[in-house]
Amino acid sequence: MAEVLVVVEHSGGAAKKITSELLTAARALGEPSAVVFGAAGDADKLKDTLGEYGAQKIYAAESADVTDYLVAPRAEVLAGLVKQASPAAVLLASTTDGKEIAGRLAVKIESGFLTGVTELAADGTATQVVFAGAVIVKSKVTKGTPILTIATNAVTAEPAAATPSVEAVEVSVSDAAKKAKVADRVSEKKSSRPELTEASIVVSGGRGVGSAENFALIEGLADSLGAAVGASRAAVDSDFYPPPHQFQVGQTGKTVSPNLYVAVGISGAIQHRAGMQTSKTIVAINKDEEAPIFELADFGVVGDLFKVVPQATEAINARKG
Amino acid sequence: MNIVVLVKQVPDSGLERNLRQDDKTVDRDAGNLVIGELDEYAIEEALKLKEAHGGEVTVLTVGPEKATETIRKALSMGPDKAVHVSDPAIHGSDTVATSAIIAAALGKLEYDLVIAGAESTDGQTGALPAMLSERLGIAQLTGARKLTVDGDKLTTIERQTDDGYEVIEATTPAIVSVWDTINEPRYPSFKGIMQAKKKPVETYSLSDLGVSADQVGLDSAWSEVLEFSGRPPKGAGVKVPDEGDGGSKLVEFLATQKIV
Ligand SMILES: Cc1cc2nc3c(=O)[nH]c(=O)nc-3n(C[C@H](O)[C@H](O)[C@H](O)COP(=O)(O)OP(=O)(O)OC[C@H]3O[C@@H](n4cnc5c(N)ncnc54)[C@H](O)[C@@H]3O)c2cc1C
Ligand SMILES: Nc1ncnc2c1ncn2[C@@H]1O[C@H](COP(=O)(O)O)[C@@H](O)[C@H]1O
Repeated sequence: MAEVLVVVEHSGGAAKKITSELLTAARALGEPSAVVFGAAGDADKLKDTLGEYGAQKIYAAESADVTDYLVAPRAEVLAGLVKQASPAAVLLASTTDGKEIAGRLAVKIESGFLTGVTELAADGTATQVVFAGAVIVKSKVTKGTPILTIATNAVTAEPAAATPSVEAVEVSVSDAAKKAKVADRVSEKKSSRPELTEASIVVSGGRGVGSAENFALIEGLADSLGAAVGASRAAVDSDFYPPPHQFQVGQTGKTVSPNLYVAVGISGAIQHRAGMQTSKTIVAINKDEEAPIFELADFGVVGDLFKVVPQATEAINARKG
Repeated sequence: MNIVVLVKQVPDSGLERNLRQDDKTVDRDAGNLVIGELDEYAIEEALKLKEAHGGEVTVLTVGPEKATETIRKALSMGPDKAVHVSDPAIHGSDTVATSAIIAAALGKLEYDLVIAGAESTDGQTGALPAMLSERLGIAQLTGARKLTVDGDKLTTIERQTDDGYEVIEATTPAIVSVWDTINEPRYPSFKGIMQAKKKPVETYSLSDLGVSADQVGLDSAWSEVLEFSGRPPKGAGVKVPDEGDGGSKLVEFLATQKIV
């Protein structure tokens, strides 16, 4: 069986959830070979997790030359690996970095690429959801080695134990690929709540929440459920829940697909729905019974969030107690 | 500082959108066509840089004839001139071909910075700026929520990440792409709208750019849409009015779903 290159998403040697989803998707096409970009030792730290989800081999590209510059060096190393391994496909996460690496690699190796893939069939047919979730498209790469970026939370990760061998990759990056230097990385994370895109429950507040202080209500409900907190763009623009990008759900924010999405004081504009409508169960609280969010909701409460949310939070906490 | 802003005409994301039944490309006849929503932020950023550093702002669009409407809209915000690449052979091009066409057009222009939206509203590929960086061999400063130009060469951005940002530095020429967190686009003034009608718009065909027609278009795309369908509508859920017990009813529902 042919190799499938899978670019590992990790932070300092700890795999992100999407990595197991990528390895699972890759197994439909061939034998996954994980590609680790990072600092010395990262591949070893990741070995167990990558093996658990079926990686047969790990290419370790551990060098400051790949971590200190934006995107381009990773595309260059991947192009080299494609030449060496002749894989059946290259899979990446559909993140900003992943999509940009995919585009650069496509130009380099003259191959087609598809982004935001939610399902991958054994014959390489990829499903994508477009136009804010309104249309489902099936596409296929018709030239070269297919390069596919996979949406987060779209594929259900399934373990398939393997014992990967680790192969160090000789990293030599051209000067052309070192033009954009990463001078600093800054985290603005301010709580220990789960990461929005990885959380299995998300509670989001909109303009209806009314103020930054009132967002404590959303946080309270989120904490009773062990959930991440999200916000609509109107809430973010009104500075109810900064910093802007970290919590915004929607077309220009993050796409989430949790088991449960709770929309509080959110009208459900198309651009908001674009980021949450593949959630498995959707619950909405809104005082306007005509709010479009109810078209998506499995369960909706038409009422004042300042009454409904505290009652719900209390009832959940009481169940736990 | 000369800046080229990349602007794409797209179907309004607030209205219903679909693909065409005949060739499965984006239906650009239904609904309103507008400037790519993030592209407005790109125009605003270019105008701010011009106000601070001088120079010229050029709008560049690859699209069918009716994209001239979008070009005039863009010009009414304040850019100096526009370039429109239009050729029947371009219809159905994938991002790979579009990036080749834009790279060829940029070859005819002088610029210190190219500024684009971080992703288009219709395709949302989010890869085109990086592909231009690859093709042109210039630095990629993409995904910016903040842009600073220091002196006349060094450019720094804050690249938005999941939990914060990265500081990325490069020297010009470079390609920047922006998110909606970067600024607040201005509205065109009446004067701006009147002036836009007289601003120069240069039109290029593929042969003007030395791009061969058989490298672009639907038949040369490196990927193919096999089929598409509307997303099945979600079955109607339960909607209850709050009669003092809305919160409890919600939790009872969550319990039936085994969530609490
Ligand atoms: C290019 C572009 C990109 C965009 N990207 C995004 C995006 O990524 N994410 C996003 O969310 N939006 C996005 N938008 C904006 C989107 O169109 C909407 O404007 C936005 O989602 C509205 O947010 P909202 O629902 O919180 O506010 P509103 O539409 O104002 O809705 C507030 C809701 O709260 C309800 N409410 C008020 N008070 C109470 C109360 N006491 N109790 C209960 N309910 C109450 C109201 O009935 C109303 O339905 C984008 C727009 C554009 C043009
Ligand atoms: N046909 C086009 N003409 C001009 N600019 C474009 C075109 N397509 C994409 N762009 C630019 O590239 C950005 C990202 O597009 P994409 O990678 O297709 O999501 C857009 O926001 C535009 O600034």
